[in-house]
Amino acid sequence: MDINPDRGGPAQPLLALRGLTKHFPLKGGLLGRTVATVRAVDDISFDVMKGETLGIVGESGCGKSTTARLLVQLLGLDAGSMVFDGEAVGEPRASGLSLREYRRQVQMVFQDSYASLNPRLPVEDSIAFAPKVHGLGEREANARARELLSAVGLAPAQFARRYPHELSGGQRQRVNIARALALQPRLVILDEPVSALDKSVEAQVLNLLVDLKARFKLTFVFISHDLNVVQFISDRVLVMYLGEVVEIGPVGSIYDRPAHPYTRALLDSRPSMDPSRRRTVPPLVGDPPNPVNPPSGCRFRTRCGFAEDVCAAKKPVAADLGGGHLAACHMASPGSGHTKAGAIMDVAA
Amino acid sequence: MTHSPAAPAPLPPAAPAPTPLMKLTDLSVTFQTRDRTVHAVNGVNMELAEGEVLCILGESGSGKSVTLRALMRLLPKFARVTGGIEVAGQDVLAMSDRRMADFRGGEVAMIFQEPMTALDPVFTIGRQIAEVVQRHEGASRATATARALELLELVQIPSARRRLDAYPHELSGGLRQRAMIAVALACRPKLLLADEPTTALDATVQIQVLLLLRELQQRLGMGVIFVTHDLGVAGEIADRVAVMYAGRVVEEGPVGPFMAGPLHPYPRGLLNSTVHGGMRGTILTTIPGAPPSLSTVPTTCSFSPRCALAEPACDAGVPPMVEAGGDRRGRCIKLGQAA
Repeated sequence: MDINPDRGGPAQPLLALRGLTKHFPLKGGLLGRTVATVRAVDDISFDVMKGETLGIVGESGCGKSTTARLLVQLLGLDAGSMVFDGEAVGEPRASGLSLREYRRQVQMVFQDSYASLNPRLPVEDSIAFAPKVHGLGEREANARARELLSAVGLAPAQFARRYPHELSGGQRQRVNIARALALQPRLVILDEPVSALDKSVEAQVLNLLVDLKARFKLTFVFISHDLNVVQFISDRVLVMYLGEVVEIGPVGSIYDRPAHPYTRALLDSRPSMDPSRRRTVPPLVGDPPNPVNPPSGCRFRTRCGFAEDVCAAKKPVAADLGGGHLAACHMASPGSGHTKAGAIMDVAA
Repeated sequence: MTHSPAAPAPLPPAAPAPTPLMKLTDLSVTFQTRDRTVHAVNGVNMELAEGEVLCILGESGSGKSVTLRALMRLLPKFARVTGGIEVAGQDVLAMSDRRMADFRGGEVAMIFQEPMTALDPVFTIGRQIAEVVQRHEGASRATATARALELLELVQIPSARRRLDAYPHELSGGLRQRAMIAVALACRPKLLLADEPTTALDATVQIQVLLLLRELQQRLGMGVIFVTHDLGVAGEIADRVAVMYAGRVVEEGPVGPFMAGPLHPYPRGLLNSTVHGGMRGTILTTIPGAPPSLSTVPTTCSFSPRCALAEPACDAGVPPMVEAGGDRRGRCIKLGQAA
């Protein structure tokens, strides 16, 4: 029984996103008028390929969680389009995919394992809930819940009737993963799934995710602020800064040859683990600016050591560095007007 | 907070070289409520020399934060604290409340994980720093405000003069954390306690705050106890590391040799299960199981149920702290066998 036929073949992106935009108005003043706009996600485009894990990294306020919520349509788009395996999402006409059907195929795991489970339902019922809503009978839904509990390493006899507060953080996150798989989705969005866990438990859950992905032929979008975790799990990595994509590419080329100065600083900010090679100068100064009034041109220019006039005047376009590695930096595109234009090309070559 | 009057204040040992800045002797903390008892800290011995940075490493529930809070007597009333806590030669548990108020913020100061809740939202940053100086040094308001400005410059807050009049919510996360450090340093404490101060910060900001803390520690010659769950943070800032598990120190030693190869199986497992570059495509080594519930005081090695090297002898009693040379020690019977 294959309820998720692959329609477009392996080369067609599972999810193609174009010009995704989400702005949040800030109300203020006596009349509650919109006084400012948080440009949380600003015109971003990327593809999620079939069977890959796409890692999204960035600091707080960069829009990575808003992106996750747009991908599962917990938030509506202000602009842009989403195409899921060739079908436009949210257009229930001949060519489109209804939201209901889309949401069955795209599921999400959240960071806070406790807040994302109903405290009054035994975990088995939480997992069986969505299949029932989507028309599966009581008995079959519960059987599936138990199957999934064992798939995530929780013995059903021991855990099925427990309530969320009777589980540890790692066990609760396993339940959340089981619930996300209950509708047999093709794409799972994981928003900081291991950030709240202790290191030894984090490793257990990461191993589980790798295992489940192969077993159920899933595609992952994995969002995290932890660069080491993203490097471990991702095939491709997307770096966000203030609501925009600054760099995207295969994990090896992003980590070995980061082209954007922000990506480089982010990678250099990782603690070294080697006390004899301690850092003495921080790679970046200051905090990420407020996304309410992002800087003109390149949004990173206010913290960038290479910023020139052109960076304030012109928004950089994504330059292709080969092998699917793109960076939105004037230094990466020859002829951009930056004195170091093209310099990054050499690094990447 | 109560502490058993039966426990005598530990006298200075026979012939210690210099007096340590901080000394814990057999510290135990028990939380007793109507429904349950938690033995959070079970006999911790620890010393800190002047100007030294000690990192207490551990996972949630290991007792690392409780140990830190006990040092400043910040635990709730129902916590039972026994053992000895000495800071700069003074018995902390014997201090009167009045003396304690001078002690906190004067000789010892603390910074927390979440500056938004640690700072008072209704006073400006400048006022909160000046208040500490006025309270502890009896300075006039003008002198205290001038000192507040110096402190904001010390913690490298840009446009410090303008920031004096800022409220905590007007600052970014990194600046708020710097402001909290400024409050803590206002009276030049000899000992700074830091409870995961960089955990809530972004990567590029975390490294800035770590470097700032290290610079200030060296400049002011403070002793620092830094609680963290992050091995990488310990690698950046610690001189010495103490790893806690189930309320006990299981390994202690200088940071370099520790990072190169821990003695005890628990920190070894922790180091192996920490994801870093070059692990792609491999199956991560994990520590199976979970830490014990601490409803009773562990009477054996607390880690043996999760330990790959466990043998029947591990359950014979609490393993003693074994000296392993080079100022390193670990609480594992295997260390004794090897020696």
